[in-house]
Amino acid sequence: MSPRARTAALCGAILAVALAAPWIAPAIVVQMAFLWLMILFALTWDVCGGQMGYNSFGNVVFFGIGMYVCAVIQRDAGLGYFTAVFAGMGAGAVACTAFAALLGPAMLGLRGPYFAIGTLGLGVAAADLAAATEYIGAGSGMAPPVYPGGAGSARFYYYVLMALAMLAWLVLRWLYSRRFGLAVNAIRDDEDKAEAMGLHTTRYKAVAWCVAAFFLGLAGGPTGNLVGFIDPRELAFAGPTFGVWMVLMAMLGGRGTIWGPVIGAAIFHVTQELFWTYLLGWQRVAMGLLIVLIVLFFPKGVMGWLAERWPRRFARGAVR
Amino acid sequence: MSNITLLFDTPVLALQLLADGILVGAIFALVAYGMALVWGVMKMINIAQGELVMLGGYVVIELAKVGLHPLAGVPVAAVVLFVFGWILYRLVIFRVVDRDLFISLLATFGLSILIQQLANGIFGSDVQSVDASLGTLLFFGGMLTLAKVKLIAFAAALVVGSVLFAFLRYSRLGQAIRATAQDARAARVLGIDTGRVYAATFAINAAICGAAGGLVAMTWIIHPYLGLTYTLRSFMIVIAAGLGNVAGVLGAGAGLGVAENLAGFVFGTEYQTACVFLLLVAILVARSTLLRRGRRYLQ
Amino acid sequence: MSVLLEVSGVRKAFGGVVANDDVSIEVTAGAIVGLIGPNGSGKTTLFNSIVGYHPIDAGSIRFEGRELSRLRVPEIARLGLVRTFQQTRVYGEMSALSNMLISIPAARAGFASMFAGFARETVERAEALLEFVGLAEKRHLLAGDLSFGQQKLLELAMALMAEPRLLLLDEPTAGINPTLINGVIERLRRANAEMGVTLLVIEHNMRVMMGLAQRIYCLAHGQLLAQGTPAEIMNDARVIDAYLGAH
Repeated sequence: MSPRARTAALCGAILAVALAAPWIAPAIVVQMAFLWLMILFALTWDVCGGQMGYNSFGNVVFFGIGMYVCAVIQRDAGLGYFTAVFAGMGAGAVACTAFAALLGPAMLGLRGPYFAIGTLGLGVAAADLAAATEYIGAGSGMAPPVYPGGAGSARFYYYVLMALAMLAWLVLRWLYSRRFGLAVNAIRDDEDKAEAMGLHTTRYKAVAWCVAAFFLGLAGGPTGNLVGFIDPRELAFAGPTFGVWMVLMAMLGGRGTIWGPVIGAAIFHVTQELFWTYLLGWQRVAMGLLIVLIVLFFPKGVMGWLAERWPRRFARGAVR
Repeated sequence: MSNITLLFDTPVLALQLLADGILVGAIFALVAYGMALVWGVMKMINIAQGELVMLGGYVVIELAKVGLHPLAGVPVAAVVLFVFGWILYRLVIFRVVDRDLFISLLATFGLSILIQQLANGIFGSDVQSVDASLGTLLFFGGMLTLAKVKLIAFAAALVVGSVLFAFLRYSRLGQAIRATAQDARAARVLGIDTGRVYAATFAINAAICGAAGGLVAMTWIIHPYLGLTYTLRSFMIVIAAGLGNVAGVLGAGAGLGVAENLAGFVFGTEYQTACVFLLLVAILVARSTLLRRGRRYLQ
Repeated sequence: MSVLLEVSGVRKAFGGVVANDDVSIEVTAGAIVGLIGPNGSGKTTLFNSIVGYHPIDAGSIRFEGRELSRLRVPEIARLGLVRTFQQTRVYGEMSALSNMLISIPAARAGFASMFAGFARETVERAEALLEFVGLAEKRHLLAGDLSFGQQKLLELAMALMAEPRLLLLDEPTAGINPTLINGVIERLRRANAEMGVTLLVIEHNMRVMMGLAQRIYCLAHGQLLAQGTPAEIMNDARVIDAYLGAH
């Protein structure tokens, strides 16, 4: 089979399994839904991170904004349940993209560790601000409306998150094949050189962050509804968990590749769920340890390891 | 917002905020000094800095429970954290030193989460503090209160900072540390064991944080999750002051302390830390824009 | 012959050190102009000033009549001034061909072009330029895996891909195997003659400079020491004293 046919077959198989999953394993639908969310986290992080070299520790800010915007629209807009959810998702995506476009030029003017810590600060500030704002429930959080259909909620949001993750993967794969993909890679490899060659680096950087913000904004609402309760620090703007995990998952799978974040998210999420089940009480300690181990011993990730073992099949160097 | 007018109506209030801010700012500056040391010598940013402070606080708290006066506990905390820092270097940090800054950020972030959660498991998530029972100085008919413990903490922070400064200036190890900071390869060629220098630097930083943590336990509160805020505060001070600037670090520390108190007063305490973090972002962006005018970047 | 680049009375100091002091040079369209001088004479600083890497303290730099000294690096590059680096900079994790493709001129790029693919003509042009510098077989290798000399050639090809009006080359033959230097000189001459690219070249290799440049400026201690044709420069006593040494 040609490589293209192979990829298509692989995608087809994944799609089939993904569609059937809630019926095959109904007991873990929520966990599987979270798997799609993790994949989306890793993919969107990698656009700015592994592909462009701007390692953000604060992308979770878009996730939280999306979640709250959707919840507020569901609560206040007086629409039917499903209309409200989708309207909320759309509004969340728009709000996040606007926020990224507004803040992008300033934040993306920061290089290296300054961008990382600056975005970290942004994320933590968002958590604190959300926890202080009465309109959205402050520290006590808020609950989105109940799903009309009881138990079907988990399944519905599973499919929504699955669709979002797949959409993100397709869009990013397309983007990486265009001028955009080469431009962000050039910015990563040598931003000064890119500027000296006349590349509109500010534009590309802002668009990259906006793309990430868009998908994260879309995903916030469904996640809030899936969980059933929005806590500003533990779910919406969960920096020390989701915010850091994004980075780790992309690294574990292989930064700067289209499959790396997917693989990394899958391995990471399964490991995390196992920790929660078998190490209860110490699962967060185990996560901290896992993070350190990955960073120190496996920074090139799965794709990087594959590229070293089988360079002909997996190494970079082919024009898309 | 009406709180602002209150500040002008009762200037003593502003004085109180100023005094408290400067006093706590010295502790911030101390922790920032340690971070700058590690950054300058080992070329890495230690995100677990705040966790080291937190651990120092717990040492003093636990020792106070068995009867050791907190003021005596502070040097003990420094020693305990020195050892902890040395061990941490030999186990983990040494792998991070020669790699790029992002790796050090991520690795120390992982460490901070690890330490945070361990502390949560061991000490519980309640806030704790120790009462040094030293009393309060009153001024202006009781309107301005200066807790004696805060004054002592301020003085202690200055003393520790000065000792460290002198150590770096005049001792053999201090000179080795400064040589390594300037050019590690050259230092190695000249026979300096940079591994030991790095271990000592990190351990000294941990000791500083431990002492600072003890002071925080006396003047404020300790809980497992205060780490990140301290780390970000230190980072802010180092950025504002620049890596080599000791007086600047003190000034920036005091400035941050005052700004934080003001923000907490004007906007409400629940917004205090959010203001700190937004200030961090603002400082970074401002500094970057200023540099860009001169066509340079924060390197 | 119109004047493409006009540098007048440029002064640039770093702290107490004056790197460029009242330097004036002129590059006419279609010419090959050389810049020589001992290390520390301010050649690279002048380059950096021209391309906007730092602001100048005094003087003016005009490109086709347009003042450059207030513009940023990417803006100046989009006007058609492309420079190569002394330490050779390419995009290490991308293939040589990708390096070429991302070097297309950015001036005409609108917002939508970010999402455009690469037309066949663009790919063919990239491959032709790689052929021109002799890297056609290496086009799928990662640029970071190429040898230093190959990277220098790639950098040159990338610069040409950007369709520059004026190409500023910072020591294009430094670090290259002597047997390959003739090839580089030949390609630079062809780029100038066939593609109409004006060249401003910093060089230490006098053989290269004499064979390439039509007009040479000599800097020393940040100041302009002498200017003229290669023959005039070779025989200028001041240049010999400061730089060339006696015959």
